Amino acid sequence: MSSGSSRSTRALAIGGGALIVAAAVAGIGLHHRSMAAAGPPVHLEAPRVVETPPPPDPGVLRVCADPNNLPFTNQRGEGFENAIAEIVARDLGRRLEYYWAPQRRGFIRTTLKAGYCDVVLGVPARFEMARPTQPYYRSTYVFVSRRGYGPRLSSLDDPRLKQLRIGVEMTGEDYDNPPAVQALAVRHIVDNVRGYLVYGDYSTPNPPRRVIDAVSSGQVDTAIVWGPLAGYFAKQSPVPLELAPVTPHRDGPALPFEFDIAMGVRRGDDALRDALDRVLARRALEIRQILERFGVPLVSRSEE
Amino acid sequence: MTQQRLAVSIAVVVAMAMACGGGRGHTNGGSAGPAPATSATVSGAPAGMHLIADLPGAEWRMPTGDYGGLRYSPLNAITTQNVQNLHVSTTLATGIARGHEGQPLVVDNTMYVVTPFPNNLIAVDLTKTGGAIKWIFEPHPDRRAMGIACCDVVNRGAAYANGKIIYSLLDAHVVAVDAATGKEAWRTRVGDINVGETFTGAPLVVKNKVIVGNSGGELGVRGYVAALDVDSGKELWRAYNTGPDADVKIGASFHPRYAKDQGKDLGVSTWGADQWKIGGATVWGWLTYDPETNLFFYGTGNPGPWNPDMRPGANKWSCAIIARDADSGEARWAFQTSEHDAWDYDEIMENILVDMNWAGQPRKLLIHPGRTGFVYVFDRNTGELLSAEKYEPSTNWASGYDMKTGKANEDPSKRTHYGSVTSDICPSSTGAKDVIPSAFSPRTGLLYIPAHNTCMNYEGVEANYIAGTPYLGADVKMYPGPGGYQGELVAWDVANAKRVWSVKDAVLPIYSGVLVTGGDVVFYGTMEGWFKAVDARTGTELWQFHTASGIIANPITFLGPDGKQYVAVYSGIGGWMGAVAFPNISADDPYAALGVVGAMKDIKKYTAPGDTVYVFGL
Repeated sequence: MSSGSSRSTRALAIGGGALIVAAAVAGIGLHHRSMAAAGPPVHLEAPRVVETPPPPDPGVLRVCADPNNLPFTNQRGEGFENAIAEIVARDLGRRLEYYWAPQRRGFIRTTLKAGYCDVVLGVPARFEMARPTQPYYRSTYVFVSRRGYGPRLSSLDDPRLKQLRIGVEMTGEDYDNPPAVQALAVRHIVDNVRGYLVYGDYSTPNPPRRVIDAVSSGQVDTAIVWGPLAGYFAKQSPVPLELAPVTPHRDGPALPFEFDIAMGVRRGDDALRDALDRVLARRALEIRQILERFGVPLVSRSEE
Repeated sequence: MTQQRLAVSIAVVVAMAMACGGGRGHTNGGSAGPAPATSATVSGAPAGMHLIADLPGAEWRMPTGDYGGLRYSPLNAITTQNVQNLHVSTTLATGIARGHEGQPLVVDNTMYVVTPFPNNLIAVDLTKTGGAIKWIFEPHPDRRAMGIACCDVVNRGAAYANGKIIYSLLDAHVVAVDAATGKEAWRTRVGDINVGETFTGAPLVVKNKVIVGNSGGELGVRGYVAALDVDSGKELWRAYNTGPDADVKIGASFHPRYAKDQGKDLGVSTWGADQWKIGGATVWGWLTYDPETNLFFYGTGNPGPWNPDMRPGANKWSCAIIARDADSGEARWAFQTSEHDAWDYDEIMENILVDMNWAGQPRKLLIHPGRTGFVYVFDRNTGELLSAEKYEPSTNWASGYDMKTGKANEDPSKRTHYGSVTSDICPSSTGAKDVIPSAFSPRTGLLYIPAHNTCMNYEGVEANYIAGTPYLGADVKMYPGPGGYQGELVAWDVANAKRVWSVKDAVLPIYSGVLVTGGDVVFYGTMEGWFKAVDARTGTELWQFHTASGIIANPITFLGPDGKQYVAVYSGIGGWMGAVAFPNISADDPYAALGVVGAMKDIKKYTAPGDTVYVFGL
């Protein structure tokens, strides 16, 4: 609590009103902080209330990313997208800086579109909210099961799915769900499906991993999980897990299980998009090595 | 009962004397004194009209004005004859240019203003010229809450009790502040932002309990109401809106009227396995209370976070009106307005309580203008549905209600299904109204509903991505409904269940609450920033003033230290629909802000963010 006067309050309103708007919608996040070395466990900080996007700086590549979301990114730079961002920034001759914000509804709007960064890694190649680059990898949803559980699951039409407990990821918007949710609903597989919110409990490390933990612990018999997440955390499982790409890779005309993943820049920022496209082409081999090191299941483009 | 009525009658005399004589009406001067005005009957009211609780008089002590949620004040110095002389008396900038929902309190010559996040509480000394600030309480809530709130970082106001100003913080805490000193009395963590809970609603204080609810249905939050001790902040009970009967506080005293709402553990069995654990049904609207039965009433939000095809069943108790005992939290009755929601029709709307003649008989009514486009009238003691009629004519998801079963007569072609196209659904997901509250005048018997006329197309799917999972989002495009208007103040004759008049707003939906007074003046605001007064009986526009920003707040009225009547309202665009006015939301993207941009694309032509408290007087 503090005392105040109408004069100071009004001054704040006039002088700082617009700034407050910009910062308040930026959501959870840190500031423009250079690549952090490995350090203490991640404790999320919050933005200052009065904060504006930084002025454009051609010497810096600013990336908006989640500080607590391996294998993609974290604040300690341990994710594969951290590694790819470093390669890209180095190739462009720019210094890498991050604007940290958890990926929640409004992430693109409050980070990239609000001017806090130039690029977001990991958007679908046909993403409408940003201008995507050429894709730099393509992955697939996979079934994750305990090894030795039985004949390997890979098909959405496997009759065992009616009985098994199946874990799926959820995004937290009632109209929207990952494709597995819908594919199972169409097959009237509902009661034996457990949802794990990708947001999870943000006070724990890498909350989306819970769906993999549920397979390891036997909470569910199998889970249908986006490949990069599954590949990474399956390797850390205390019990051996096996992965199998979901088939069919496209369930009817509207329900793909494979996605091309690109980087996204602000619409209109064609110069950066073109520059990134050139870097992605030049560095394709290194990027592929990083993805393989992180266990990302890579697929080539299926005939569609 | 007799004694209660007698006490009420005495207070009526006091109230009338105050209102007519222009006195201060509140003589004890103490901040812990009784509520100032009481009225069982109101002069000029139709026969049989009775109020259930004290009305606000000189002061405005609870978010809804009175326990019945009428947002009616008997003050009548401002009339249809002199309102054109209304002018700005005082303004105050809060310093936070975000959506200002809610309303100030006025207690003991002090106005209390809760700002949007970071939820500062500003105490303004009304005895000094120009609105001098006594103190500002800065609670510094956890800033991570900002990234979690779905629909702007709003707050819907505080309540006054036992010398404390009590309100919710966005980071899922509730705080009590000494009304005189601005010192924090207690702060209680009720919810957890790490799992997506935020608090935006206004508390209801009943006796020694502060009753609050949570927000965050889209993030897999499980909705509840909780009661905290007024003096210590200690949580006394919590009642969930999904799950087993024990968690929902459904026991021997639960008597739902209709078969659809009867049965054991419906909060579990009407969902797929375990879905109730993350099923939404949050509580972010207004709570009302009937002192005679000790029941309080609230509505619940939409089911989440599964898409409708994945959660077969009625998904109880989402989209429901629930009556509970205020001491124990035990449920008395519940009624789902829409089963298995496919449209995001949260039913968190206000439940207005009044005793009046209905079909020739005196009845104890609960009036609920729904997001669904229907005005529902219930017997609030039994949960019997007496009427459900459309107040927004474009409403087409259902033709009406079966009064025997209490079920909506739905148009199956308007149900949304993932991966397929459903066109021309009215109202859109924002509803025929949203959380912004109506007002009811016991003098006119009219309900004044701030309504929207928007429809939506639900179209297929588009690829979207959160690092961790690509997903498929429905394209929900909202657009203005038929008739060439988007907003409408509807005057609804409750007894006859019909529209009487309306004031249309061509440009934008009406997202401001409504106030009606003993002077038969209705006050409300528009998202373009007009603050308006219209005749409560005819809808004739009497006066308007253009404020600095769009209005999404609720007007109040009170007597100043000089004994004169004043009207106050916030001006600061934002909220779910109004957030489109913020500079960094592109009006070119029809899917931004959950699809509302399609209906709101012109808003930047009319308004910009603001943060001003306006006080008007004659």
